[in-house]
Amino acid sequence: MATTARIQIDGQGPVVALQGFFRRLLGDESLSGVMLPVHLFRHGMPMPTLVTRPEQLDRADPLAPAFPMNSAKLVSRLTRGTTGERIAVVMRPCEIRAFIELVKLNQGSLEEVILIGMDCPGAFDNAHYKSFLGDGDGPAATVEFHKSLGNGGLRDGQELAPACRVCEYPSPHGADMVIGLHGADLGQAIPVMATSARGEALLGAMGLPAAEPDDRREKALAALTAARVQARDAMMAQVGARTATLEQLAEYLSGCVNCYNCRVACPVCYCKECVFNTDVFEHKPWQYLGWAKRKGSLKLPTDTVFYHLTRMAHMSTACVGCGQCSNACPNGVEVVELFRTVAARTQAGFDYLPGLSLDQAPPLTVFKEDEFQDTVSHLA
Amino acid sequence: MNQDFEPAILAFVCNWCTYTAADLAGTSRMSQQPNVRLVRMMCTGMVDPKYVIKSLLSGADGVLISGCHPGDCHYQNGNYKARRRVRLLNEILSQFGIDRRRVRLTWVGASEGQEFAATVNNFINDLRELGPLDTRGLAAL
Repeated sequence: MATTARIQIDGQGPVVALQGFFRRLLGDESLSGVMLPVHLFRHGMPMPTLVTRPEQLDRADPLAPAFPMNSAKLVSRLTRGTTGERIAVVMRPCEIRAFIELVKLNQGSLEEVILIGMDCPGAFDNAHYKSFLGDGDGPAATVEFHKSLGNGGLRDGQELAPACRVCEYPSPHGADMVIGLHGADLGQAIPVMATSARGEALLGAMGLPAAEPDDRREKALAALTAARVQARDAMMAQVGARTATLEQLAEYLSGCVNCYNCRVACPVCYCKECVFNTDVFEHKPWQYLGWAKRKGSLKLPTDTVFYHLTRMAHMSTACVGCGQCSNACPNGVEVVELFRTVAARTQAGFDYLPGLSLDQAPPLTVFKEDEFQDTVSHLA
Repeated sequence: MNQDFEPAILAFVCNWCTYTAADLAGTSRMSQQPNVRLVRMMCTGMVDPKYVIKSLLSGADGVLISGCHPGDCHYQNGNYKARRRVRLLNEILSQFGIDRRRVRLTWVGASEGQEFAATVNNFINDLRELGPLDTRGLAAL
């Protein structure tokens, strides 16, 4: 039976209660640090921060509805190679799934890291978080956000990021410990579940009061997931209709300026050098003129559709739908909608669910002799 | 069917099996339609999906990838890897209206000159039915 403990919330609210929880966790001598979002400034973005001194947790805000980057990339950096010490990292479900993908691709390791998964109601994209925060103080605004979610929805004009609105994985998979926000009364207590032996040992040692079992989380999660699946299917149908031909795809991507921010922000795009940054794509002036003459006109920069199609071939089977591609786009291209729609097909084509199991090998890293006979044509 | 339409086909063929078969078809004076341009690779396992994507975006109406039969790969398993990549490409490209029949994977062994000629002819005929992909005139591609 897994341990379920309770983080008691007193008059100071859920953010302060969670800070206390992580302070206590950091007190465990098996842990050297904890990475979690921290407001380092009064205004501005809470950023993933590796905290080693408990007193530095005063501005920690793991509940903030901000999602400036997918921390899987950072945890990959923190775990590529050993330190001989163990840290805990606080991650959203999509960040954990992206990290599991990176581990499978040998870009990180679970050996020295404890994954603490947060139930995730979704977050704002960067621009919306900024306007949401306005002149307010970070942790206080966070409490307001969760209050308005609990009271039936966000305020007028506020909207979660496009990726979050269609995310059907609002609870963590593969974590050592789960902080169960769904269905929790943030005026009372937040349940914490140990979901692995390592998590069990850590949580047990913290001496928190046990939580009385109830089904509020399961119910809230089921309702949220059902709504998200519905929104996802509607989104995919709409994107499918808008990109039914290559010409339509080119129009869909017409705002793209080949900045490649989506690739930089993508947690599962891990190549050290991307082919699109090599001299393969440093064309000569006479090549551009030649292409323009052949077609009559040539859209510049070139290779935009080529770039996105190639990225789909490279990473769509590993796409966890975190939406950082859209968050990073300077021109509002609906990148995550497009990539999730394609990823649904490529992942189904290999019966692959990214980030959910270490045992399922990434589709293009393995093969079987007897498979996919229908992919081979017999034209003779 | 448009009678004036001549499909353009790029074929990535492996050095050890299908290229040798193509050579055999030629030296045996088998009759083939002239719409195919061969690209000789050491193995179908090195056909990067982006070669196929670039071919289609640059005006090819179809892409043929052809290598050794299962178990015959000179490099043990390159053809199995190619099969996964073609499956991936078919899933992606069909999302954007590119018929699965435009990107084909076949196994043609070194001694199968006749099979090579028939494969090429049948693929060309299929593409005549499908009509042009028409990426050549698109300024944005």
